Amino acid sequence: MANKFMNWVDARFPATQLWNEHIGQYYAPKNFNFWYYMGSLAMLVLVNQLVTGIWLAMFYTPSAAEAFGSVAYIMRDVEWGWLIRYMHSTGASFFFIVVYLHMFRALLYGSYRKPRELLWIFGCLIYLALMAEAFMGYVLPWGNMSYWGAQVIISLFSAIPVVGEQLTTWIRGDFVIGDATLNRFFALHVVALPFVLVGLVIAHIMALHHVGSNNPDGIEIKAKKGDDGHPVDGIPFHPYYTVKDLFGVGVFLILFAGVIFFAPEFGGFFLEPPNFTEANPSVTPEHIAPVWYFTPFYAMLRAVPDKLGGVIVMFSAVLIMFVLPWLDRSKVKSVRYKGLIFKGALASFVVAFIVLGYIGTQAPSPTLTLIARIGTIVYFGFFLLMPLYSVLDRTKPVPERVTK
Amino acid sequence: MSNEGVDVGKRRFLTTATAAVGGVGAAFVATPFIKSWLPSARARAAGAPVEVNVAALEEGARLSVTWRGKPVWIVRRTPDMLATLEEVAGELSDPDSKTAQQPEYCRNAHRSIKPPILVMVGICTHLGCSPKYRPDAAAGQLDYSGFFCPCHGSKYDISGRVYSGQPAPLNMVVPPHHYASDDLIVVGVDPSEGDEEAA
Repeated sequence: MANKFMNWVDARFPATQLWNEHIGQYYAPKNFNFWYYMGSLAMLVLVNQLVTGIWLAMFYTPSAAEAFGSVAYIMRDVEWGWLIRYMHSTGASFFFIVVYLHMFRALLYGSYRKPRELLWIFGCLIYLALMAEAFMGYVLPWGNMSYWGAQVIISLFSAIPVVGEQLTTWIRGDFVIGDATLNRFFALHVVALPFVLVGLVIAHIMALHHVGSNNPDGIEIKAKKGDDGHPVDGIPFHPYYTVKDLFGVGVFLILFAGVIFFAPEFGGFFLEPPNFTEANPSVTPEHIAPVWYFTPFYAMLRAVPDKLGGVIVMFSAVLIMFVLPWLDRSKVKSVRYKGLIFKGALASFVVAFIVLGYIGTQAPSPTLTLIARIGTIVYFGFFLLMPLYSVLDRTKPVPERVTK
Repeated sequence: MSNEGVDVGKRRFLTTATAAVGGVGAAFVATPFIKSWLPSARARAAGAPVEVNVAALEEGARLSVTWRGKPVWIVRRTPDMLATLEEVAGELSDPDSKTAQQPEYCRNAHRSIKPPILVMVGICTHLGCSPKYRPDAAAGQLDYSGFFCPCHGSKYDISGRVYSGQPAPLNMVVPPHHYASDDLIVVGVDPSEGDEEAA
C-alpha cells in the first residue's frame, strides 16, 4: 500500500530521489567529530527563529509610538509570550555561537579549499545575511540601545564620499531614525531577509551534497570507492548521522533551555540593559556597545582614528573571508597535517578575535584602543600573510584513508 | 535543436532588442521601489523651527530641545569656559572652523552669535551618537570643559570643535538660528530670513 503510494508520488514528484540524494544515500565520511554537530544545529536554530518569529509578528506593532509597548505586552500579557520572545532573543545569540563554531571548524579542517570554494562563499553570504537580519531585529523592540545602535550602524554609510549623506537619509527614510526606519526594518526582518537566508541555506546544502563533506583528515573520501560504488570511508547520512545529530540536538536544547529559563539576558550580553528603556532620540546611553556577536568588528571600527578608514577596515574584516579559499596554499587541508606556523597563526587569530570581542563590549580607553589595534593587525595578518606562511609551513604526510 | 535555415543575425538582433527593452522596463519599475525609501512628504514637513527662551538658563548650564528630531543644545558658557577656547586651539583638528559645519555668522572661536551662548546640534560627527556634556572636564576623558562621545570616545571642546586624532572627522554642527529678542532664540531660521524656513 505504502509502496504503491510512493510509486504514484515518485511518478509525479522526485520524492524518493530527493530523500536518497540528501539523506538516505548521502555518504558522509565516517570520522565526523564534535565540530560536525554545528551544521545541523544551525538549521535547528533557523527553524526556531522562523517559528518564534512568526508568532512574535502576530503580537508586535511596528511603529515608533507602539513598538516598545507591544514588546512589553508580549512579555506580560500575551499567554506564554515571554517564552516565545526569550526563545527568539536567545536563539539569535545561539545562532551566532553555532555559526562561529561552524566557521571555526572550516578553518580547522580546510573545508573552504577546492572543490568547496562555492560552499564556503555561500556560507559567508549566509553569515552576512544573518548579520543584517540580527541588526534589524535588534532595532524592532525600540529600546534606547536599539535606537542608538541603529543610529551608529546607519551612520557608517555616511562615511562614503559624496553620496554618503543622501544614502543614509534614503536608508532611514527620514532625517533621523524614526517610524519610517522601524517599519522598513520590520518588513526586511520578517519577510525579505528570511527568504534570502533560507534560499542561501538551500544553496549551501546543495553545494555540500554535490561536492561531498570534508572531514577532520581533510582527504577526499570519494577518491576510494568500494565495489558498490560508494566511498569505503563513507556511511549513509541516515541512520548514522541523523542519530548522531539527534544526540547533539538533545545536549544543545538542554543548554538552550537553561539560558532561556535562567539567564535570558545573559548578564547584559544577550539583551542589553539600556534596551529596557524606550528609545530616546536626545539621550545616548552612557556606554553604547552592540550585542556580543558584533563586538569584534565594532572594536576594529573604533581602533581606527579615521571615520572612513574605520568603516573600510570593519567591512573588509567580513569581506576578506570570501577570498580565503584562494589565500591558503598549503599542500594539506586539515590542521592535523599542517605545521606549527599554521597552528600558531590560527591560534593567534582566535585569540585576537576573542580579545577584540571583549574590547568591543568595553568603554573606549587608550590602553584598550592600543590592544584593539594590535588585534586588528593580527586578524588581517592571519588572512593577508596566509599565501606566504601556508607555503613555508612544514606539513606532515596525509594518510590514504580517514583515521580515527 | 538544429539551426538550419535560421537567420542567426536576425535572432541575435531580436534577443538583444528584447533584453534592452526589458532592461529599460526593469529600471522604470525599480524606480518607485527605490524612491519610496526617501523621506515622505510628512517627514519633510516635520522640520518646523523651534523657539527657545534662554532667560532662565544659568551660567554653565545646558538646555536641550528637539529640532527636526535631533537634540539641539543651548549652553550658557562661563567666562572660564570661554577662556579655554584659546588654550585648546593647538590640539584641535579645525580650530578656525574652516569646514562648513556652522553658518557664516557663527564662524568664530566661540562658534556662536553671542559669545557665551552656544547653540549646537548635539550629534557626534563620527557615527551620530549624542555626546555627553562635561562642564567640569572629566578625568581620563577631557582636560578642559567640553563634550565627550561615549560611543567611540571622540572629544570636543566647549565650542563643539573636535580634537585632532579622534574618530570624529568634523566639528559638531551649529544649526541656523537667530535671536528674536534678547533671550528668545529661534532654531532653524537664519538671522536674515524673515519668514519660516521650509524643511
